[in-house]
Amino acid sequence: MYKIFLLIVGFQISIFVQAQDMTALVMKVKAKLDQVNDYEADGNMKTDVSFIKAPVGKVKIYFKKPNKFRLKKEGGISLLPKGGVSVNMSSVIATNDFVALAAGESIVNGTTCKIVKLLPINEASEIVLTTLYIDEPNLLVRKAITTTKENGTYEMEMNYGVYAKYGLPEKVIFSFNTKDYKLPKGITLEFDDNEKALSDAQKLKNKKGRVEITYANYIINKGIADAIFVK
Amino acid sequence: MLTLIQIELYKIFRRPRTYIAFGAIAALILIIQFGLKLDGKSYSDFLMKDIGGSMVIDGNIINGYLLCYIMLQLLLVHVPLLVALIAADMISGEANMGTLRLLLSKPYSRTELLLAKFLAATVYTIMLLIWLAILALFLSMWIFGLGDLFLMKSSYVVLINQHDVFWRYAGAFVFAALAMVTVAALGFFLSIFAENSIGPIVATMSFIVFFTILSTLNIPIFNVLKPYLFTTHLISWKEFFDLKVNDANEAIIGSIQNPQRIITSALVLLLHIVGFVGGAIFIFNKKDVLS
Amino acid sequence: MQQIVRVTDLTKQFKNLKAVDHLSYTVNEGDVYGFLGQNGAGKSTTIRMMLTLIKPTAGHIEIFGMDLAKKRREILRNIGAVIEKPDVYKYLSAYENLQLFARLSGIKPTRKQMMDQLEMVGLAQRAEDKVKTFSQGMKQRLGIGIALVHNPQLIILDEPTNGLDPQGIADIRNLILHLSRESNKTIIVSSHLLSEIEQIATRVLIIDKGKKLVEGNATELLDPAQTIVELQTLDNAFALQQLQLSNWTDKIQGQRNNTIVIKLDRKEIPALHTDLVNMQIQLLSLQPRHSLEDYFLQVTSGNQHVDTYTN
Repeated sequence: MYKIFLLIVGFQISIFVQAQDMTALVMKVKAKLDQVNDYEADGNMKTDVSFIKAPVGKVKIYFKKPNKFRLKKEGGISLLPKGGVSVNMSSVIATNDFVALAAGESIVNGTTCKIVKLLPINEASEIVLTTLYIDEPNLLVRKAITTTKENGTYEMEMNYGVYAKYGLPEKVIFSFNTKDYKLPKGITLEFDDNEKALSDAQKLKNKKGRVEITYANYIINKGIADAIFVK
Repeated sequence: MLTLIQIELYKIFRRPRTYIAFGAIAALILIIQFGLKLDGKSYSDFLMKDIGGSMVIDGNIINGYLLCYIMLQLLLVHVPLLVALIAADMISGEANMGTLRLLLSKPYSRTELLLAKFLAATVYTIMLLIWLAILALFLSMWIFGLGDLFLMKSSYVVLINQHDVFWRYAGAFVFAALAMVTVAALGFFLSIFAENSIGPIVATMSFIVFFTILSTLNIPIFNVLKPYLFTTHLISWKEFFDLKVNDANEAIIGSIQNPQRIITSALVLLLHIVGFVGGAIFIFNKKDVLS
Repeated sequence: MQQIVRVTDLTKQFKNLKAVDHLSYTVNEGDVYGFLGQNGAGKSTTIRMMLTLIKPTAGHIEIFGMDLAKKRREILRNIGAVIEKPDVYKYLSAYENLQLFARLSGIKPTRKQMMDQLEMVGLAQRAEDKVKTFSQGMKQRLGIGIALVHNPQLIILDEPTNGLDPQGIADIRNLILHLSRESNKTIIVSSHLLSEIEQIATRVLIIDKGKKLVEGNATELLDPAQTIVELQTLDNAFALQQLQLSNWTDKIQGQRNNTIVIKLDRKEIPALHTDLVNMQIQLLSLQPRHSLEDYFLQVTSGNQHVDTYTN
């Protein structure tokens, strides 16, 4: 009887310890990311959405703690997925109010990662659930899947390079679900063209969109004015 | 022949009616620019509502390039009337004024006279398009600045880098000029059958409206005719504003999705011009002038 | 004398109307040639065919010794015309109109030459005024100025005094006479008013329903001593045949209904009578008319039809 009790207590303690470990791990990652008060970087943004034809664009990315983020195409237009505007790790785990649960391990781009489920404590939070794939030895988030109330689920995959020590990625691939887009031909003044629809339909089938940003030339902690983040 | 063309141009630009077209274009464009300058945000919100379901747009959509596209789309439906005002008056107006008989008793062949008149009408049309370009493109660029061009087609949107836009407008305006010269040719052709201008002007617009409806309707029996109707090809200037994508779905800068379509449309329009003008010359050479 | 215009067998058939019917005439250098006929006789159609505005159904037109069908450009370079109402560009001034048509005629006159031209037609004071402010008479004069600006050899004036007041008519008449006498121009003037033609024309052609009635020297035709007689015989064909073989052949004008029309001096009537009897022509009636004017008024009143005289 006593043995069963010990087992149960021990099991519960182990769970508690595991849970504690996940929070600690997440906090360690957060602490690494917190080294960076602000950064400015050049980027190449590629948009791969079924109904968008856009060329690769040169962008500038700005970040300021705790969660100011701006992606700007100089003199141009950038299309970003709704809700996932902050294509940025820091804001994903910006809040302290979460419960972190272990959910096993997985291999992401050849790296073994711990899977951590982050549940926000605040019920009013826009985010329902975030799943982080953390490279524990390097304290880097290789992948994050976030489910939101209003804007569905999106996925971020990070590749790191020379700025890994700051937790700043070299490439971020952002995947999200897209809604159907259609405008009546009467508005766009297009004459019916079945030929056109076919060849495009072949290309543009998927309902998932991707935005890929390649970062370079980070300027870290040099100070950024708040005005940059005002649209 | 050059003397004839100069004289015809002189007559066109000395006539007060000619300036109605330039004034109308200026008024329309300035009103649109004024409205969008005041409340461009509402318009861009309206544009974005169909795409706003999944995407957020950052940047200045309401820039000079988009303004020009909007105005081309609106005005190239109405500019044909302004072109017809002059082109459809070229022969019938002379008959109405009573000057045709004097002109035809001069030592020029009827062919030379008609060609000179058509070329003068072409020059007028091109100047109208240049005026349109100055106001719709350059003035918009000055007022609203530059930026990427964000266009919404019926089943997809296109984003064109601002450095990749200007040459497309150059091509589009050249094509639009060809399209409007086709309208001028039709008006010119109809002009030889009447002795007052209203008839040919109305007839020109009626033909354009009628054939545009045929071009737009998706009824199988009309689909056979569509490739041959010049109205189907009048709007091919839009093809300059569609990009090819590579296998990775990246738009290729400097590309055109369907360049062949532009060439085909241009050829169809040229054929129509030759047909209308050639027909006018052929018929007019046989006509007895009783006016 | 050089023939400036030679028209042979000219015919124009519109859908339901033969406007000109085998018309032949000649205009000599220096002539003031009067086309006379009531409205709708075919005068304007004939003139339009001479100016290549209308294509003849049949026939031949030669001007300055050249075939009009083949040498149109060379011929038209030397013709100035006012065709019916002289319409010009109302939104241009008199000067601008004159300049425009001068250039169309292949010349680039100086300002002085242009003003001289306007002076000749009495419009120098109104040179810079828009034509829409002009009276009918002023437009008519401008039309004549335009016809003359390139100094053509042949001038064709179709109803030049239409709509003019008596002073305007007199001005045009004087201008025509001046051009004929001082500049030796050849002028064709058409009108439906005998009174105009008889004051200026050297030769006259009277046409009716597209056919020639009479052609000849105006002085002779309009000489009060000259008269027209109409013969009615039992056998007109025989009578015509006999007259053609006689000295009277040149005086035969044509046939009208059942009469043969002859133009002669009044004093010759008795001789005609005698010859008719000698030729065994059975005469039913010989009806003299008082003058060409009578004749013109009668035949062009629309009451009677006259057959052309054919050889």
